[in-house]
Amino acid sequence: MTHRNKAAIAGIGQTEFSKDSGRSTLHMALEAILQALDDAGLAVEDVDAVVKMGANDDIFEIDLLRSLNLPNLRYFNEVPHGGGAACGTIAGATAAVVAGMADVVVTFRSLNERSERRFGESSVGGGLTHWRQYNLPHGLVTPAQWVAIFGQRYLHEFGYTTEELGHVSVLTRKHAATNPHAMMYERPITMDEHQNSRWISEPLRLLDCCLDTDGACAAIVVSAEKAKQLRSTPAYIAAAAQGTGSRAEMMTSYQRKSLAHLEESEATAKELYRVAELGPKDIDVIEIYDPFTPMVLMQLEAYGFAELGKSPALFHSGRLELDGDLPFNTHGGHLGEGYLHGFGHIVEGVRQIRGTAVNQPDGVNTCLVSSGVGVPTSGVILSKEPY
Amino acid sequence: MTNDRTDDYAKPLPAQDGLAKQFYAWCKRGDLRFQRCSGCDAWRHVPREMCALCGSFEWTWERSSGRGAVFSWTTVARPMHPAFANDVPYAPVVVEMEEGVRLVSEVLDCSPDELQIGMPVALAFDHVTPDVTLPKFRRA
Repeated sequence: MTHRNKAAIAGIGQTEFSKDSGRSTLHMALEAILQALDDAGLAVEDVDAVVKMGANDDIFEIDLLRSLNLPNLRYFNEVPHGGGAACGTIAGATAAVVAGMADVVVTFRSLNERSERRFGESSVGGGLTHWRQYNLPHGLVTPAQWVAIFGQRYLHEFGYTTEELGHVSVLTRKHAATNPHAMMYERPITMDEHQNSRWISEPLRLLDCCLDTDGACAAIVVSAEKAKQLRSTPAYIAAAAQGTGSRAEMMTSYQRKSLAHLEESEATAKELYRVAELGPKDIDVIEIYDPFTPMVLMQLEAYGFAELGKSPALFHSGRLELDGDLPFNTHGGHLGEGYLHGFGHIVEGVRQIRGTAVNQPDGVNTCLVSSGVGVPTSGVILSKEPY
Repeated sequence: MTNDRTDDYAKPLPAQDGLAKQFYAWCKRGDLRFQRCSGCDAWRHVPREMCALCGSFEWTWERSSGRGAVFSWTTVARPMHPAFANDVPYAPVVVEMEEGVRLVSEVLDCSPDELQIGMPVALAFDHVTPDVTLPKFRRA
């Protein structure tokens, strides 16, 4: 028995993305949640579960409950590991629905990541604990730097230059350029601009890095049967999964044998395809978590869209364009639309299944969405039909 | 060894709690030691209570040869922590030790643009504060 197509995302909500929202993360979360409930044709009173991402949004569950005055909550959970948790909230919601522990599950992400706490900046001092006390004293203090260590190995082992990273950024920004919701709407970039952007932490340049963003997204998960009776076209959850790797640390798992592939994403992919009874060739659209460009290349390999070390060729083939057979980050991703810790990828995945995205390829029946990398992660496969 | 510094040192420092207290106590004595599993002889870092390979809780602190090679690095151009603002460009490295474990560190006598994967390096302790000695490296 699996959960294949037994639950669905029935509603989505999203605030504007900006550099300064002018309001609290709680405020934005509430807006996105109410919008998602309305999208589904549900009321606050219908909500009986909340699964949220842990850490960094300053939203205490108590504040959320008090604000919405949820009278019927019977299941709540929080998924750890930063951006690795995004699709994990969908997995948790699916588990609750399929187990009969909840009927209407709210999931969301809300960040003032540009105007308040920027994840890319650090001011930690003494008293570092856990693995951090071995890494951070040497100046390896933020995600771009932690990930650059992996990116350097990837380029070295497969003999690539940073132009291959540039292709990721150029295509993502091309898709953002036609998305009015994107921070980088009407602002495509060229390879020259990528190569001439300033170094952040080699081999990463500015244009290899995601955009610090304020905003919120939400999604409502219900059973497949219930979804059919609701207002919006359901995006069936063909599979939702979490995955881990060996010798794990938070983005600094440098003790594992290879730093040129992503064990957590490979584990997630394997479980997604097992549950969905699909393979990479059956996926129509992909929304890949793009914090930094090397992690996109490594995920395309982890999810089976290219062999190990071969994903750069996908960007030369045209296959990832909107008119290709595997459109990629159709909304413009973290590099172009905005960094919502992977939740923007989920709501875009739902729009792709509904056929309502601004960058909408024809004939989308399946969409794979991935979440944060270098950490315990998660993913979902969405389906138009409950096959 | 480099010179002892005064207490205006502003860079992040280890709490030296739990097993880290032991690791850094060895460093302070000029001795780089890693855990070695008593059950399966596997070396490990960062310190853990249990061997992930054989499940043993028994281990000893064994002296490293101090020799290794650069496994990866990143040249930091934009300081994202105020205490490193005057250091850019600087390059944290991951050194793979002869024992097989890897250590995040720095190569003291090598500018970032001279670093190469595979470059041999040898241990050089840096007494950054009266309480903390960090294991660093020089070209070998």
